[in-house]
Amino acid sequence: MTTTSRKTLIRRGSAASLVLLVLFLTAWEWGPGLLKIPTFIVPPASMVFQEFVRMLSVNHLLYHTAITAAEVLAGFALGSLLGAVFGYALGISPIAEFTLSPYILALQIAPKVAFAPLFILWMGFTVYPKILVAVLIVFFPVMVNVLSAIRGIDPDLINLARSFTASRAQVFWKIEFPSSMPSMFASLRIGSTLAVVGVVVGELVGGNEGLGYLLTFGEGQANTPMVFVCILMLSLVGGLAYVGVILLEQRVLHYMPARPLGGL
Amino acid sequence: MIRLEYRDVAMLFPDADGGGVTAIEGVSFSVGDGEVVALIGPSGCGKSTLLNIGSGLYPPSAGQARVDGEPVRGPNAHVAFMLQKDLLLPWRTIAENVMLGGEIQGQSRSECQRRANELLRNFSLSDFANYYPHQLSGGMRQRVALARTLAVDPSVLLLDEPFSAVDAQTRIVLQRELAQALKRAKKTALLITHDLLEAVILSDRVLVMSRRPGHIVDEIIIEIGDREDPFLRRQSPKVSGYISRLMDRLDIGHAGIDPQAAPQPV
Repeated sequence: MTTTSRKTLIRRGSAASLVLLVLFLTAWEWGPGLLKIPTFIVPPASMVFQEFVRMLSVNHLLYHTAITAAEVLAGFALGSLLGAVFGYALGISPIAEFTLSPYILALQIAPKVAFAPLFILWMGFTVYPKILVAVLIVFFPVMVNVLSAIRGIDPDLINLARSFTASRAQVFWKIEFPSSMPSMFASLRIGSTLAVVGVVVGELVGGNEGLGYLLTFGEGQANTPMVFVCILMLSLVGGLAYVGVILLEQRVLHYMPARPLGGL
Repeated sequence: MIRLEYRDVAMLFPDADGGGVTAIEGVSFSVGDGEVVALIGPSGCGKSTLLNIGSGLYPPSAGQARVDGEPVRGPNAHVAFMLQKDLLLPWRTIAENVMLGGEIQGQSRSECQRRANELLRNFSLSDFANYYPHQLSGGMRQRVALARTLAVDPSVLLLDEPFSAVDAQTRIVLQRELAQALKRAKKTALLITHDLLEAVILSDRVLVMSRRPGHIVDEIIIEIGDREDPFLRRQSPKVSGYISRLMDRLDIGHAGIDPQAAPQPV
């Protein structure tokens, strides 16, 4: 793709996206009124914004958002680190894979969010059970992707390194690890959004901090605008995590042919 | 002086029903210092197996491969191989790809860089040193693979159909570059190929292998000069004689069937 056509694509695409946003906000603001939908079912955009401003001062919205964001970051980082470590270990050692895969599969099949009440029983109304649910939910996609990336490496590439008298560690660091990066980042993209799911479920189940807590608080008061604000803030947290992964990916995978907007 | 030697080498691969398939059997030959020997044979005759044994990647079931007088007991710095696939690492620049072998063998970074620059200059690739593999054409990538093989300064080069994946015109150019590089560095090479003409114009000697279980059935000494210039060699009147002898030994053109299309045990 030439630079000019790429620039044109970005300009036209951004303009169209902006038009869509304006249309959406317009429909949200006046649509419910026109369709006679009560505001406690779908509050118009301006009402949600007023609630947002009110929550900033009254409900410590930014504090709760920061708590959730920190939990997401911790869960995502730990979960992907563990997933990668297990993925590499299992990819390198067929015996480890043979031994551990039934247990990992069993844990994979179990719905991870169902562990949230258990973790809260164990660790109380702290941030740790929320982080742990996120760790568990992020772990699997990262592990599976890394494992299949290691399995999928061309054996001739390994043989090339071996023929240059590479040690096992050199084969790993010079061939296997860098080869796994594209798959690793594909799984980190998935993981970054899943981490938010894990944290919110943890917060919904118990505690008095974070956006998940505000969500149940708003629900309890039948405060629909508050629920909307929480959903938007959660999406913002997830979106930032996703963009963070893409920015890192562009640095690490700089050798790949360029895609507009990092192939969002 | 003998650089590469196979002594009565055999290779047996176990198959699914507990038996085994003998890929090669009783293979003995040697390649002298600075000599280029081509190895030709029907597909599945175990040519690549010989190469894997020579590079120390897999031990033979019987017999021995020797390089520089030493038995091959595993991958070693005396031998380097090059395949039909370029096997360039996409995350490394062209220069970094050429430096891979030296880096693994623990050479200093400046020494690796010096070798890489020199080789890239020889192959007219200096302008592409900082490019990534996906930015280069297939022929250029194969040239980089050759530079990477030469960069570790091996005694013996094992080349497994190095140009069979590039187009015919690029192949002609690459053949000359290989011939010149081998001559310049006075390297010993074993060249596996399917291309009869390539075998004749690039080598000092052509070995013919039989169908499985593979063994050497003929040896043809190529008595045309100018091994560093395959362009010139192509025009030699002797070439067609060698090629018809090879076709004869390989049973090509008899009974009107292509032996490669005939059913073979798998």
